[in-house]
This record gives sequence, structure tokens and C-alpha cells, in this order.
Amino acid sequence: MISGFIQVSYFAVAVVFILGLKAMSSPVTARKGIVWAGWAMVAATLVTLQTPGMQNYGLMIVAIVLGGALAWWSGRVVKMTDMPQMVAIYNGMGGGAAAAIAALEFARGEVHGTVVATLAVLGALIGSVAFSGSCVAFAKLQGLMKKPIRLPQQNVVNIALAALTALLGLLIIASDAPAGAAIVLFFVLALVLGVILTSPIGGADMPVVISLLNAFTGLAVGFEGYVLGNPALIVAGIVVGASGTLLTQLMAKAMNRPISNVLFTPLTGAAAGGEGEAIEGTMKEFSALDAASVMRYAAKVIIVPGYGMAVAGAQHKVWEMAQLLEEGGVEVAFAIHPVAGRMPGHMNVLLAEAGVPYDKIFDLEEINADFAQADVALVIGANDVVNPVARTDKSSPIYGMPILNVDQAQNVIVVKRGKGAGYSGIENALFYKDNCRMLYGSAQQAIAEVITHVKALEA
Amino acid sequence: MDGITALYVFMLAAFTGYEVISRVPVILHTPLMSGSNFVHGVVLVGAMVVLGRADPDSPLQLAIGFVAVFLGAANAAGGYVVTERMLAMFKGGKKAGGA
Repeated sequence: MISGFIQVSYFAVAVVFILGLKAMSSPVTARKGIVWAGWAMVAATLVTLQTPGMQNYGLMIVAIVLGGALAWWSGRVVKMTDMPQMVAIYNGMGGGAAAAIAALEFARGEVHGTVVATLAVLGALIGSVAFSGSCVAFAKLQGLMKKPIRLPQQNVVNIALAALTALLGLLIIASDAPAGAAIVLFFVLALVLGVILTSPIGGADMPVVISLLNAFTGLAVGFEGYVLGNPALIVAGIVVGASGTLLTQLMAKAMNRPISNVLFTPLTGAAAGGEGEAIEGTMKEFSALDAASVMRYAAKVIIVPGYGMAVAGAQHKVWEMAQLLEEGGVEVAFAIHPVAGRMPGHMNVLLAEAGVPYDKIFDLEEINADFAQADVALVIGANDVVNPVARTDKSSPIYGMPILNVDQAQNVIVVKRGKGAGYSGIENALFYKDNCRMLYGSAQQAIAEVITHVKALEA
Repeated sequence: MDGITALYVFMLAAFTGYEVISRVPVILHTPLMSGSNFVHGVVLVGAMVVLGRADPDSPLQLAIGFVAVFLGAANAAGGYVVTERMLAMFKGGKKAGGA
């Protein structure tokens, strides 16, 4: 069916994909990695056009051009801060494509044998869940869906629906010529399952969810690759499935929450309220001038960026301020929590965009001991990842999550838009500590004011 | 491909995926997630094959096939652009660091 030339090309493509991923895991070679993988993808597409016995070329070209151009354009124009939801939506599309492949194979009546049918059904299920789940993740991050939606008896509903879907899947696998209605119902149930699994999950857990759905899509692609007898799909899909699973584990570990916890007991305000220890003290306000002088005359400042900086697009201002302080002889470092922002590495990407060199950016393990020697910890739009209740309050939903120990710094300055709680809805004990001062305003505008005052101090 | 051979391929590919990224610095987590998102865009190839085999007289088959290719192409193109943009910034950051 597939000619020798095409087979060899697919093999080469699979090798280049793996090498590309390998290159992407080191900062020095990362750029090369994606370019290699990109050429491999172009080659795979061109070679596939040569597959003997294919029809519908016109429709195929239109679909490739439309889908490719729309995604290319949206990926080009999107703001850097909106990247996470774009990754989510493109990932969902891949899952949808895998599910559609299974649907078409069923529609053509080309699914024969237990192994093929099992993998087709599994791929369809996982792909559909990834598709609808990613759409929900996109809606949440894009701000189209503000509150987590929790059904009464959510876990019971989830399990019942999953069991029903699995049962229907088994019926389809067992039947030699499954009824069209059963297949349609199966896809509908799988799509609904994706929606109700992701809807209750709060924004704080979104990075883990996107990563998990990415791994799901990989698996779905791998399984459909078997159905089609296409080794390039199998290898690329399973490699992504495995690496995505590892990435998900790394993230969940950073949050000290098992993946099952993320999915089935979401962080919500309701879970946080009421039973926690009462927080004592008041929030104390700081002016931009106060903040500027404290930092200008400090020996060491550690900056902790969070989602607030991303939303305000303040990374350039922050780096400008950091450079000003450094010119004045202040030692400046950036501390990044593994789950700061909406995706792991989100803050690294933004700081890199602003031109902050790698050697000023530190992970949680590297820098946590340094806070005790820092004069100022400047928290910019981060909340849950610096909340000391994670160390102290056993009843808190984030208890046990490793946090940046900013409260150990001499002074803590928190740049925050308002007095509200963080994304998870948990009250932050840090803001009430004696050494903590609040600088209200959007990160962009607050840091701009601080810069003005620092410059005035120089003059 | 028979079932047991496929099982071996699945197993080896899974270990490969795990090994390939096991020593990735946190700084590259987002681009790598985006990059692996691009790699599973190879689903486009599978979508092209099934659309190519679809019955030209069946609107249902053509529609599903069209959707599959459209989504696959979007996954590949979008995944590439977003990853490339992120990694291009890292390159810029490095230059600034040398200064």
C-alpha cells in the first residue's frame, strides 16, 4: 500500500522529530530543534501527497491551506501573554483531527479486527476529550469562562459518564459492523466528558491540564497511527504522549498535588473558605516613591513575577527597572516558581522576551535560601505561589505546595491590582505580615512610577 | 503491522519520549510543551491519507475528512509559529545577556 520511498521518508521524519525534541530541551539548540522539526513536517506532508490511490486532492489542498493559513496568522498576531491559550487550542485541534480520523474510518467501515477497533475507539475517545477539554481550557484562559463550573455530585457524574462511554466503546469494538447511531452517540459522550472533566478546574491548575491534554493528543495520534498503519504517526504520537506525561508529572510535583487531585478535587474558593486559620494583621499600603527608595538603597533585590505581570505586559518595564537598580549597584535576581503564570516556563518566556539574561533567572530550589539575605522581595502580580499558608495551615487547599519564601526577606513589596484573593480564591497571609507593603496598581503603571522615582533619586 | 510488533514500537517510543526530555530546564518547559504540540501535528499526514481514501460520492465522508485535514493543518501550522516565536525570543535574550 505504502511505497518504499514513502516508508523511508516517514522513517527519516520520525528520526528528525525525535532529534528536534531533543534539541528543544536545551536553550542553546532549542531554536534549531523546532526548525528541523518544521522541515520534517513539510517533507512528511509533501511525501504523503504521493501516496498511491488517493483522491479528493482539491478538497485536501483547500483544507490544508485554510487550516494552515488561519492558524499561522492567529499564531503570528497573538500577544505573547496569550500564548498559553493558543497552545491549548492548537492542541485541541490535533486531538480533534485524531478523533475525526477514527470517525472517518468507522464511516468507511474500514475498522476490522479487535486490536484495530480497540485502538481506533481509544484514540477517538482520547482525541475527543482532548478536543473539547482544550476548548474549555482556551475559553477559561481567554476570559470567556470566568468561574469554575461544578455540578452537584461532580465525581459521581464524571464516573457515570466515563463508564457509559467506555461501555459504548466496548460495544463498538465487539460489534463487527457497529450501528451509525452508536458511533455518533459515542463521540457525543466523549466530547461531553472532555467538557465536564475540565469545567470545574480553576485557572491555577490550568498549566497541568493543558500539559495533560497535550499528552492525550499525542496518545490519540499514536493510536490512530496504528489504525492507519502509519509508523510516523505512531512514533511521533507516542513520543509526545510520553514526554507530555513526564512534563505533567514535573508540574504536578511542583504544586505538590497528585494529578488525580488536580482533576477531581479542584481548588476553589468554597473549599478554601471557612475552616482555615484566621489571618491576623492589616494590609499596609506603600507609595511608588517609598518602593523606589527602599529598592534603590538595598544591597539585594529579588523580583518574583507572576500572572499579573503577564496580564499587564510589564516585563519590559520590570527589566528596565532592574537595570536601573543594577547601575546603582544593587544586586538584582529573578525568582520563578515552577507554576507561576498559567504555564510552566511562562515567566521565563516573558522575561526572555524583555531581554533578561538567563543567569539572572533562578528556579525555586536555587533561590529559596537567598530570600533570608535579601533586603527586598518584590512580588509582581504573583499570589498563590508566595502564600505562606502553604507551609503553615494544614486545612488550606494549597498546604504542602512548595512556595517561594519571600516572607523571609527584610522587606516585601507586593505589586497588586486590588485587594482581592488570588486565582485560586485563597486569602494570602503574606499581605498581612509586618514586613509586607502593598503597592496598588497595574504592574505596568506601578513599575513605571517606580522607575520615575528611582531616576529622580539618581539625579 | 501486527499487534505485538506495534506493542514493541509503542513501548520503545514511550521510553524515547521520556528520556528525550528528562533533563529539560524549567526555562524551556513552555516552549517544549508547545514544540511537542507541534510534533503531534503530524496527525495531518494521517488526516490526508483518510481524506484521500474517502468515497468522493459520500458528502459525510468528505465532510469528516475535510474537518480532519483542516484541524491537523491548523495544529501543525499554529504549533510551529507559536513555538518558533517563543524560541526566537530566547535567542534575543541570550544576546542581551552577553552585553
